[in-house]
Amino acid sequence: MPVTVHLPTVLRPHAGGARSVTVEGTTVGEALAALTAEYPGLSGQVIDADGSLHKFVNVYLNDDDVRYLSGLDTPVAASDEVSILPAVAGGAVDVGAPAAG
Amino acid sequence: MLILPEAAYNQMVAHCLVGLPDEACGLLAGDPATGAVATCYPTRNLAGSAKLYTVDPKDHLRADRDAEARGHAILGVFHSHTHTEAYPSPTDVAQAPDPGWHYVLVSLRDAAPVVRSYRIVDGTVAEEPVSLRPQ
Repeated sequence: MPVTVHLPTVLRPHAGGARSVTVEGTTVGEALAALTAEYPGLSGQVIDADGSLHKFVNVYLNDDDVRYLSGLDTPVAASDEVSILPAVAGGAVDVGAPAAG
Repeated sequence: MLILPEAAYNQMVAHCLVGLPDEACGLLAGDPATGAVATCYPTRNLAGSAKLYTVDPKDHLRADRDAEARGHAILGVFHSHTHTEAYPSPTDVAQAPDPGWHYVLVSLRDAAPVVRSYRIVDGTVAEEPVSLRPQ
């Protein structure tokens, strides 16, 4: 069934500049596989070579992070929307032990 | 250049101060073509740490949708360094998610917060001017 996948700005150049793409799939994983098949430049950016979700992206089914659903096996219905956003993280250098004195 | 309205600046710094002793984080939205910020979206730090931050993915989705509805886009991220200077750490550089974004650091090391902004492209860090605009 047709599923709309929304792409983050960083991935749009790999998909001909599209903000969203409609693909076929019955699960989130199938939809993302169809997306990558259509735009091979996205391979390795969303799904890793071992078939798991890339560590540095978050994928949502409608309002929910799929990691808290059934991951890539999460079923999708015809009106569902899948969104991909970069994982945003970082932090300070190791603060280390407090200075003596 | 990052163009920052005073209200967004104040919201960002206040969110970082309230987040102490942990790092705080949030997203900035506006016009990516000019670097003009319109909205500051404080987000939860899922890492709950004084050394690390992870923007809550649900907060990110909500901010992204709100920004799009206003005709804007997420153009950057801010986070605090509680005990170090306002310069991207190796972790920040390694995990910078988008070369088009502005990376804003708020250092709370000294008595007065220090705000600086950077571009991070292919692991190279370049500071950029921050222009504060009155509302």
